[in-house]
Amino acid sequence: MATYSTTEFKGGLKFLMDGQPCSIVENTQVSPGKGQAFNRVKYRNLITGKLVEKTFKSGEKVDAADVVDTDLQYLYNDGQFWHFMDATSFEQFQAEEAAVADVQKWLVEQSMCTVTLFNGQPISVTPPKQITLEITDTDPGLKGDSQGTGGKPATLSTGAVVQVPLFVQIGESIIVNTEKGEYVSRAK
Amino acid sequence: MLSSQLFALSEFDSLRTRLEKRSQLLQTVRAFFYARNLCEVDTPLLSKAATPDVHLHSLHTQVQVPGFKDPQTFYLHTSPEYPMKRLLCHGSGDIFFLGKVFRDGDLSPRHQVEFTMLEWYRLNFSMFDLIAEVAGLLKSILGDLSVEQLSYQQAFKIYAGIEDIFSASAAECQACLSRFKVPEIVGVDNDDKPLWEQLVLTEVIEAQLGRTVNGGHRITVLYHFPARDAALAQISAENPQVAERFEVFINGMELANGYQELSDAEIYRQRFNESLALREQYNLPTVPLDENLLQTLQNKSLPDCSGVALGVDRMFLLQQGFSDIEQGIGFGLLAQ
Repeated sequence: MATYSTTEFKGGLKFLMDGQPCSIVENTQVSPGKGQAFNRVKYRNLITGKLVEKTFKSGEKVDAADVVDTDLQYLYNDGQFWHFMDATSFEQFQAEEAAVADVQKWLVEQSMCTVTLFNGQPISVTPPKQITLEITDTDPGLKGDSQGTGGKPATLSTGAVVQVPLFVQIGESIIVNTEKGEYVSRAK
Repeated sequence: MLSSQLFALSEFDSLRTRLEKRSQLLQTVRAFFYARNLCEVDTPLLSKAATPDVHLHSLHTQVQVPGFKDPQTFYLHTSPEYPMKRLLCHGSGDIFFLGKVFRDGDLSPRHQVEFTMLEWYRLNFSMFDLIAEVAGLLKSILGDLSVEQLSYQQAFKIYAGIEDIFSASAAECQACLSRFKVPEIVGVDNDDKPLWEQLVLTEVIEAQLGRTVNGGHRITVLYHFPARDAALAQISAENPQVAERFEVFINGMELANGYQELSDAEIYRQRFNESLALREQYNLPTVPLDENLLQTLQNKSLPDCSGVALGVDRMFLLQQGFSDIEQGIGFGLLAQ
């Protein structure tokens, strides 16, 4: 298995810690001049999302993690797995619920997502920054505010709920920012 | 003058203003020494020999020397210490060096591989005389900061709650690290007391040094480091456990490192050979020793003196409120 020495540490480097894939967020060298050098490292566990701090004696080695980000098309959910496909090789990948837990309400069939693969298995999915979804439910009684100063909750076709302006109605399609979970505009 | 306001100002400095500030700093440093009758020396950057110190990595280059078929290896100095000591042996009197030195692999907000060092030597100065002069220079550049002087042992007591670091165990050092919630350390043997002790110093104590209770800056000097960290400092005549070595900190950052200088040529050779043996043990490349220095120390003897090296880029960082020494250089190693 490939290894990385502390001299190779830098932001974004993917390595294994206790068998789990991690990504370095920040690496600071501590070279006291009179003593042993160390690396103060902040890294994210890519499975749990937790930020961890550790200090490595300079010269220590870690195992490289086979982690790649790849653009895949979301196909469908069969009730157990979420299926994705490489649009050029047609290779298919199935993600377990843990990998899509935070984003499943933003997964629209046919949309291109960034999928992080660990040993070929999806471990996290990032949907497109903006997606278009249809409103399936919202209170039709609230009308008249065209300035967008007020708002009301609306349920979207994926089950997501966002605040929308009062003038937006059931059956209309809207553009949503998936990072913030916010209404952007009506879709044309 | 070390307010965040200055930082904000320096963010908007024009190139010319920043260049002038650095130029002014170098001028102030030189004026300080000229006024005290020190002679500026610009010793060679290239040397056939390198420091054997296991924690310093010298850059090297190939030089085509007439008369040789193959290029010869020369090392870039990590400090001007060896040639300056030769000059002292030959009767130079008080001298200072202000220029670039090189340390391979060191790059962080506080390190550049190539950086500006100020190093000076004072005849008949004790370690404490030199500490006073370092404080004087820093005040002339950074304003009227208060000075705190602590022995290494006192610092462990005050800032880490370890009563006597010299008799403390590796386990006590580890307990201290967890008491201060230092993140987990990877790669250190459980019973490696010197290394756990170093970690208490760098991870717990240093960040607290050079700060006043209300968050301002002050000058904190640690002296009497353990004899094993003596490098080329004298061992204290009163206490063989400690070396006449000091370090200066401001705002949690080491600025200077000084010694009451060792003069015995035999002990120099002995400490160099110990370093070479450690290099072999750690699988580090061996380096040629500075035989010129060793010869000169033997034949001429080093006069009684103290010497100190100070990081000029770090001093500029403190003066201007930078967060990375690269901001004061303009063309850092990776910004070229």
